[in-house]
Amino acid sequence: MVRLIVGFAVLISVCSQPAAAGTAFISNEKDNTITILDTDALKVIKSVPVGRRPRGMVLSPDHKQLFICAGDDDRLDVMDTTTFKITGTHETSGPDPELLDIDHAGKFIYIANEDDGMVTVIDAADGKVRGEIQIGVEPEGMAVSPDDTVVVATSESTSMAHFIDIKSLKVIANVLVDTRPRVARFTRDGKEVWVTAEVGGTVSVIDAQTHKIKQRLTFEIPGVRPELIQPMGVQFSKDGKHAFVALGKANRVAVISTATYKIEKLILVGQRPWHMDFNADKSKLFTANGLSNDVTVIDVATLKAEKSIPVGRLPWGLVIKP
Amino acid sequence: MTHEAGLAASFFQGALRSAGGFIVVFAAFLTFLAVPVRSDDASPGPDATKSIDVTIAYLGKSYAEVEPLSLVDKIYTDKGIQGARVGLSEDVRTGRLIGQNYRMIEAIIPETDDIKPKALDLLRSGVSLIVADLEPKDLLAVADLPEAQHAIIFSIRSNDVRLRNEDCRKNVFHIPPDWAMRADALAQYLIWKRWRNWALISGEAPMDKDYADAIRRAAKRFGGRIVGEKTYKFAAGSRRTDTGHQQVQKQMPLLTQGLGDYDVVIVADLGESFGDYLLFNTYEPRPVAGTQGLKAVSWHRSYEEAAATQMQHRFERKVGRIMTERDYSGWLAVRAFGEAVTRTGSIDPIVLRKYLLSDRFEVAGFKSQGMNFRRWDRQLRQPILLVGPRALVSVSPQEGFLHPKYLTDTLGYDEPESKCQQRN
Repeated sequence: MVRLIVGFAVLISVCSQPAAAGTAFISNEKDNTITILDTDALKVIKSVPVGRRPRGMVLSPDHKQLFICAGDDDRLDVMDTTTFKITGTHETSGPDPELLDIDHAGKFIYIANEDDGMVTVIDAADGKVRGEIQIGVEPEGMAVSPDDTVVVATSESTSMAHFIDIKSLKVIANVLVDTRPRVARFTRDGKEVWVTAEVGGTVSVIDAQTHKIKQRLTFEIPGVRPELIQPMGVQFSKDGKHAFVALGKANRVAVISTATYKIEKLILVGQRPWHMDFNADKSKLFTANGLSNDVTVIDVATLKAEKSIPVGRLPWGLVIKP
Repeated sequence: MTHEAGLAASFFQGALRSAGGFIVVFAAFLTFLAVPVRSDDASPGPDATKSIDVTIAYLGKSYAEVEPLSLVDKIYTDKGIQGARVGLSEDVRTGRLIGQNYRMIEAIIPETDDIKPKALDLLRSGVSLIVADLEPKDLLAVADLPEAQHAIIFSIRSNDVRLRNEDCRKNVFHIPPDWAMRADALAQYLIWKRWRNWALISGEAPMDKDYADAIRRAAKRFGGRIVGEKTYKFAAGSRRTDTGHQQVQKQMPLLTQGLGDYDVVIVADLGESFGDYLLFNTYEPRPVAGTQGLKAVSWHRSYEEAAATQMQHRFERKVGRIMTERDYSGWLAVRAFGEAVTRTGSIDPIVLRKYLLSDRFEVAGFKSQGMNFRRWDRQLRQPILLVGPRALVSVSPQEGFLHPKYLTDTLGYDEPESKCQQRN
């Protein structure tokens, strides 16, 4: 009965706002659930049990499927983004999958196997393993380039960003960055890769062509101890002019000019913002706050935090289906 | 995925394990066929002209281990070395990406042997990076060898306060926190809880006295009051006595009587003769802290924050047992050498030493901050875990204990207090 009502409510909300209705998926690392949130009504729709220790998530390019890393179960769960049902699992993910990315054709998924020092590449359709690439210790970050030629993986203990050629699945460059790199993200034009270092407290901006670090961003926040500044998630604004970097235990999101690399604003959010994503028209940015168990909604135009919404325990990843 | 698909996938994985190299070459032509690629060598391979060989020596003695009071704790005779081996495998993994070849010489000799000839062998063969799993006397014997003058010795075993003060040596760095840092970490928490009145009960082992001294110092530093003190004289009735609990149940309340009005019992029992028996057996219903009960440690099997879960898994999978504190120190020591070599691209001990003591050096050890060395005594700065028997309770330094430079310098001997003469 409850399910029926929820289903009905979803139907209504979809029907009433067909163009704008977005859905946020938040992985709750400690709850083994995905919280599903309406990004317009800012209401939790439901919470779906998945495999143990869900962290990284990625949407298929057609937005129909959500791939979820269930680290402690050594598998990916596949969720239908309309029915919110788990429609399958890929046990070929390799051990302890943490973060992942998918190419823009939706063919292959690149998975960081944290416990095993490896990147596993699987076919998105059937989970068949296309390859495994040994990289450094504790792989985490994963980013496919906009032109689908390169995937960048980070390894946390080795403190490197590894550039992997997608055709040959060979590592073509290893770039030493600061301590415990977590997230890699290409700028919209594909010219730079931004890599956050959680313990180093910095962001390395790497030239995607030369593989050289062209800029090293540091953060100083009055009244915040340096060790609490833990850069993690990165997102670029629609026009590409601004980067948003979640600063972990500093409880802030930094807004950085991609032209000057200057920090223009620090937005106070919930505790330990980790991963982030934009809504459909990129007017709002949502952050998953691990230690306050909520999601903060930031208005991109005013750069103000507008609302926080309680979700599950230890929210980690956040992905929005437009 | 279906059962058949699972079988197919495991078949492919099996196939590529047996024929790795061939498939890699082959697949370059057939990228989009279903044959999986296994790229073991994360090329670009080492540049032969730049490649360097890094040798670390693990120098230790197989000292007799203290027998734990509780049967829950197992006796391991390979604590430390196992952590160092895991650390080495990580250095190797990082190193091969940038042309650095790491190896570790394991030199562990019987307790009764003289450590100096073994150390001389290593030093004369050109080894200058040493992980020392040695008690203070042996550690100093090695450090004081003229051949060791430019060596970098990471001590991973002793918590002795004197080694960081009167007995400090310029070539010795300390990975584990000493008794003073641990006592201060505990004291800050007790003060934060407003449990200011402490009853101190010590065992008779020499180290128990050291620990008790550190507690007295911590009380003075942070405003704790030791309202009563006793020494527990060990008699029969400990582990492996079938009827032990009747004795324990009568002895421990007696032991914890007449100690004044205390909020908490602090126990100093590194000899493992009675400490665990105090829990739930005190005369007054009071918590127990110190070497048992609530303990201040650098690592614990229950610790899972800041990605420690990964480390616990990695270690247990490789070694087949839990990671102990000494394993953590061994791991961290080898990682710190790796970090210094990776960042400087050098194996010259003078270059490495300079880097290790600079502000640029930091090593990550699952404490959610980079850690570096204090220049005055070469002690690794670090947050300290406060753990109960089964779960993390807190991490010190506590909120409100301030320091102008590093909050972790509120733990142990800060620069003005240090009695180390051999500073940098």
